[in-house]
Amino acid sequence: MATAEADMYVTINFEETELRLGLPGPTVPPPPLGSRTGAAGKRGFSETVDLKLNLSPSAKMDGCDPHGAAIKTANNDEKMMNKDELILSAAAAACSNNDPAKPPAKAQVVGWPPIRSFRKNVMAVQKSTAAATTTATPPPPAAFVKVSMDGAPYLRKVDLKLYNSYSDLSESLGKMFSSFTIGNCGPNGMKDFMSESKLVDILNGSEYVPSYEDKDGDWMLVGDVPWEMFVESCKRLRIMKGSEAIGLAPRAVEKCKSRS
Amino acid sequence: HLFIHSISIFQAVLIILHLSPFGSLLFSPFSSHLSSSSPIPHRERESFDSESLLSPFPQISSSGGISAMDRSPKRRSISPDDATRFPDEVLERVLALLDSPKDRSAVSLVCRDWYSAESWSRRHVFIGNCYSVSPEIVARRFPRIRSVTLKGKPRFSDFNLVPDNWGADVHSWLLVFASEYPFLEELRLKRMRVTDESLEFLALNFPNFRALSLLSCDGFSTGGLASVATHCKNLTELDIQENGIDDFGGEWLSCFPDNFNTLEVLNFSHLNTDVNPDVLERLVSRCRSLKVLKVNRSISLDCLQRLLVSAPQLTELGAGSFSQELTPRQHADLEHAFGLCKNLSVLTGLWEATAMNLSAVYPACSRLSFLNLSYTALQSQELASLLPHCPCLRRLWVLDSVGDKGLEAVGANCPSLEEIRVFPADPFDEDMINAVTESGIVAVSQGCPKLHYILYFCRQMTNAAVATVVRNCPDFTHFRLCIMNPGQPDHTTNQPMDEAFGSVVKTCKKLQRLSVSGLLTDLTFKYIGKYAKNMETLSVAFAGSSDLGMQYVMEGCSKLRKLEIRDCPFGNAALLSGLEKYESMRSLWMSACNVTMNGCRVLAREMPRLNVEVMKEEGSDDCKADKVYVYRTVAGPRRDAPPSVLTVSSL
Repeated sequence: MATAEADMYVTINFEETELRLGLPGPTVPPPPLGSRTGAAGKRGFSETVDLKLNLSPSAKMDGCDPHGAAIKTANNDEKMMNKDELILSAAAAACSNNDPAKPPAKAQVVGWPPIRSFRKNVMAVQKSTAAATTTATPPPPAAFVKVSMDGAPYLRKVDLKLYNSYSDLSESLGKMFSSFTIGNCGPNGMKDFMSESKLVDILNGSEYVPSYEDKDGDWMLVGDVPWEMFVESCKRLRIMKGSEAIGLAPRAVEKCKSRS
Repeated sequence: HLFIHSISIFQAVLIILHLSPFGSLLFSPFSSHLSSSSPIPHRERESFDSESLLSPFPQISSSGGISAMDRSPKRRSISPDDATRFPDEVLERVLALLDSPKDRSAVSLVCRDWYSAESWSRRHVFIGNCYSVSPEIVARRFPRIRSVTLKGKPRFSDFNLVPDNWGADVHSWLLVFASEYPFLEELRLKRMRVTDESLEFLALNFPNFRALSLLSCDGFSTGGLASVATHCKNLTELDIQENGIDDFGGEWLSCFPDNFNTLEVLNFSHLNTDVNPDVLERLVSRCRSLKVLKVNRSISLDCLQRLLVSAPQLTELGAGSFSQELTPRQHADLEHAFGLCKNLSVLTGLWEATAMNLSAVYPACSRLSFLNLSYTALQSQELASLLPHCPCLRRLWVLDSVGDKGLEAVGANCPSLEEIRVFPADPFDEDMINAVTESGIVAVSQGCPKLHYILYFCRQMTNAAVATVVRNCPDFTHFRLCIMNPGQPDHTTNQPMDEAFGSVVKTCKKLQRLSVSGLLTDLTFKYIGKYAKNMETLSVAFAGSSDLGMQYVMEGCSKLRKLEIRDCPFGNAALLSGLEKYESMRSLWMSACNVTMNGCRVLAREMPRLNVEVMKEEGSDDCKADKVYVYRTVAGPRRDAPPSVLTVSSL
């Protein structure tokens, strides 16, 4: 069913009609690795994904985990972060932030800055639990985020505060965009779009994967972090085509491969 | 009898006068091969170092040590003949009055009698590197120890640079202590591996055990704490700080027997799970001598209020979570409770404190000397409101959320401030607005002329600002500046930060500890080597241009004891330039530099009393020495090293 629906919209160029952040105009090609970009506003996610898969020769591709964006927020307790991942996260970090007023985010080096882990944990927990108690402006009562789905003619808005878990959200989104496939729920409650039987469909690009943009401007796979943390940090949702999502969730693809 | 007695006392006084600080000068021929007479950092009671072990006495089995027998110590005029010799008991009594480890080391070198008397009278031993000596050697050297301080892993293990299974397990020490020091009372460990089994062994085998302090240790769980609480009948101190431990719940606190009441220090501030507040309240109310109480975040403000009411004698308080919304009544009660604490000199904890709640602590701040606000991201105006209530503040720790304006408030309100530490609230947030800059540190230095300790994390700095800071405060003993972006230059001139650290070492003659950062060339190290003559600890990261940098330091810094280097272009020539120096240092760490295995082999061959250890990383090529840890030892190569740690021999 998804395939049929998707086919319906395939002739329409949704890039033009999609409401995105950033200035209108032609999409800018990905800048060379590591350079400061002059492009205004944020690029579309597909370019970011592209960049992760087509790195310059300076970054070795073999055996490294392209899940670069996640390294930025990964717990620094990862001990053996090898150089490949460092370069990769530098690339991903550099590309995810191309506001000319801000320098590109630097790669996170193991053990730098020299702060003990208990301090990092303290701050991380404080940020995610202290929303209601900061003396700054009180948080908005609702958390509306835009939801776009590749191939759909218009976007929707959902209030994340209305849901208690990933499975709630997933059901609701499924009803909203009735072209969702009915897949298995993964351990965190999100529909597991990468189930093994759908692998072929993924490769043909007709499966869908939910992703979200977080406060830092990075596109993340939905379902990795605890629900509350997700609600705090999610700014918009995008349900993307499986083919575009391969760079985003390679572990899921590998999970399928190992399961089959 | 009386006559002899009074002569002895006169002589005893004479001895004491001769001993401190001139002791080492007086007896210097014996210590000539141990050149350092380094000032002891005020935080460490270094009553033992392997220099005493390497001293020329036959009891010590030091590998390749200077043979003592052909250099029999001459008797000096102090005790020339039998008539004025002291009975050993008198000598021991006199020497027992000595606290300073430096004096004790000097005393032990005078002659065999004094060596023996000193070693019998020593009660506390400090071992800065657990692999520099073995427990058997310590026990032979000092037979009557009651208190041990032991440090294990290299400091960079705090930042995940050392593999988990590296070592520094305390258990082998405890086994020896059980037979040699059965009356052990105190054990203070830093960066050691401690298992539950060890804690239980400790609790069961030392009937006089009183004080346990674990700082940055790992390997145990709350189960181990339960053993200690259950079996240590005379426990006065339980201090668990910043540990990576497994938390299986708060029942350990309930393991203190109902009639147990000797606790004076209780610190569990970094444990994560809930403890039973009723159990805590009952414990606190029956321990009338409790002076230090630091609770964890699970303790609510209501509970804290009751704790304070029952223990107003506290001198140090670590409050728990401070974010709870309070009714006006609750706030008043809390404020009243803080008002009862007239003796509070240290206040910490205060997790996620809101401005409203923070005002409840004001009544307790009048005698506060140390305020730790580094667990709450205060804004500048909140800090500015709090500080006027703390006129006696000498040490302040904050997060950089207070911004430059907050630091201006510090400069304006804290004339007695001696130490400031500014930690980053969010180290990986590039866009942190209102974080601290060079202006903040300048503002503090302008208002606080007594400042001598600074730890400052920032995202930008200038050479001029640092020069101004040390001009305002020339007495720095500890200067630790961390510009968080590696290799970042002066942000106004785009020049390296060489002149900044140059001004620090030129101006601050008392500097003991220095951490450098930013874009630095070899010039920085040239300055350090030339001027930092009292510096004992140096931390370097992402700095330097060539081997020369490290060479300058090794050749110039005569009092250097600890050197830790990461990600610098220093290679074998640099490593080997310190050949003569490493035996007078505690340790050297070099990681992600250009040192190779061959360089390490040369070092190991030339200096057999050093352990040269290399930790290899996965996938690195065979000749690179990724992480090098070099330290002096009389215990020989490690026998408990995991496969990832290679002891390099000259072969």
